[in-house]
Amino acid sequence: METVKELLVILVGSSLVSNVVLSQFLGLCPFLGVSKKTNTAAGMGVAVIFVITLASAVAGLMYRFILQPLHIEYLQTICFILVIAALVQFVEMFLRKAMPALYEALGVYLPLITTNCAVLGVALTNVQKEYGILTGIVNGFATAVGFTVAIVILAGLREKMEHNDIPESFKGMPAVLLTAGLMAIAFCGFSGLL
Amino acid sequence: MGKSNSTASAGERLINGLVKENPTFVLMLGMCPTLAVTTSAVNGFGMGATTLVVLALSNLIISLLRNIIPKKVRIPAFIVIIASFVTIVQLLLEAYIPFLNDALGVYIPLIVVNCIILGRAESYAYLNSPIPSLFDGIGMGMGFTVALTCIGAVRELLGTGKVFGFGIMPQAFTPIGIFVLAPGAFFVLAALCALQNFVKIRGARAGKDTSKIGSGCTEDCMNCGEQGCSRRKFYDDGDDLVVEDLSETEEAKTDAES
Repeated sequence: METVKELLVILVGSSLVSNVVLSQFLGLCPFLGVSKKTNTAAGMGVAVIFVITLASAVAGLMYRFILQPLHIEYLQTICFILVIAALVQFVEMFLRKAMPALYEALGVYLPLITTNCAVLGVALTNVQKEYGILTGIVNGFATAVGFTVAIVILAGLREKMEHNDIPESFKGMPAVLLTAGLMAIAFCGFSGLL
Repeated sequence: MGKSNSTASAGERLINGLVKENPTFVLMLGMCPTLAVTTSAVNGFGMGATTLVVLALSNLIISLLRNIIPKKVRIPAFIVIIASFVTIVQLLLEAYIPFLNDALGVYIPLIVVNCIILGRAESYAYLNSPIPSLFDGIGMGMGFTVALTCIGAVRELLGTGKVFGFGIMPQAFTPIGIFVLAPGAFFVLAALCALQNFVKIRGARAGKDTSKIGSGCTEDCMNCGEQGCSRRKFYDDGDDLVVEDLSETEEAKTDAES
């Protein structure tokens, strides 16, 4: 059983120190794509927290209770990706029928998350680092919180930069990438936390 | 099932993947692994070669099975096929090239969600015959490998003064360490995108067709759906995020025509 201290270390480590987007480069597509406004970015962040936490729980359970006992751990990649895709589909359908208000807010981002590296990356990292189920869920939650923090900050910066005078070749993606790079340098400072 | 391009020859597919529709420099797909593994030229080359193998084989198998896979379940079918090949390749790397496996780490299984592979399966292999599909896979893989090796070499050169482990820069050069770290990847990619924009703007002024360049990632990354994986187009219409399912629009169009 992991102590609370270990869980806190993971919480801080996965969200800030080795930030999923700025340090591990997972989830770049939605990060660069959905960060034009802070409210869409926040919506995306919440959807990601929801999906990743759920997915790491399901993946952890599946690994512990199906793959390990049957000694088919090598099938983890295939199983995880299929389960994640199915999970997101199911969540989308469920939200549309049962909680239309939540679907209005989050539903549109869910398809973006299916082939997102971040979800699969978290599931695989949980296995690689041999986390238990609870630790895996905390790791997933922390990763997603880190994603949300990064994407909201980037959206805020992009909103501010919208009317700046940027050289023509650098308008659009290059400016955003430079901003992300500077954010990555800033986040490097967190490594002193642990 | 779709029109098949009978004029595609093996050589034409190779040149296409290498130059005209280079997945990294032109289409801008698969940015996640590109930034993550190009910390050195060797890593970039290894990742590119691994992706080439998976891409070629999965294109071949999907093309062979294209008449059997129903349209509605094609994406899960593609994913199973691609994931199987990735697992095979990963196990082979673990056994025979362990240093590459350690260097690339979790990014090898993440090849499964690489937009390039799913995108090519969706837009080429599912619609064309096996041999052109195989060479399309090889061509795209080669283009990707060349791109990753170049980016890796640049980052390694600026970050450590060496390329492939051989010292190139003179002793007086102080390596700019940040280029092999995460921020450096963003800066290199920004420079690449800016260069691409420059070429695109120049080309548009000269009247050339620049529609293929950077349709993956230049505007706002949401277009990954069209060329790439999800076949959905997302755009920000000022207030909300709008989702358009491209396969549904196509079906509606063909229904309206028939």
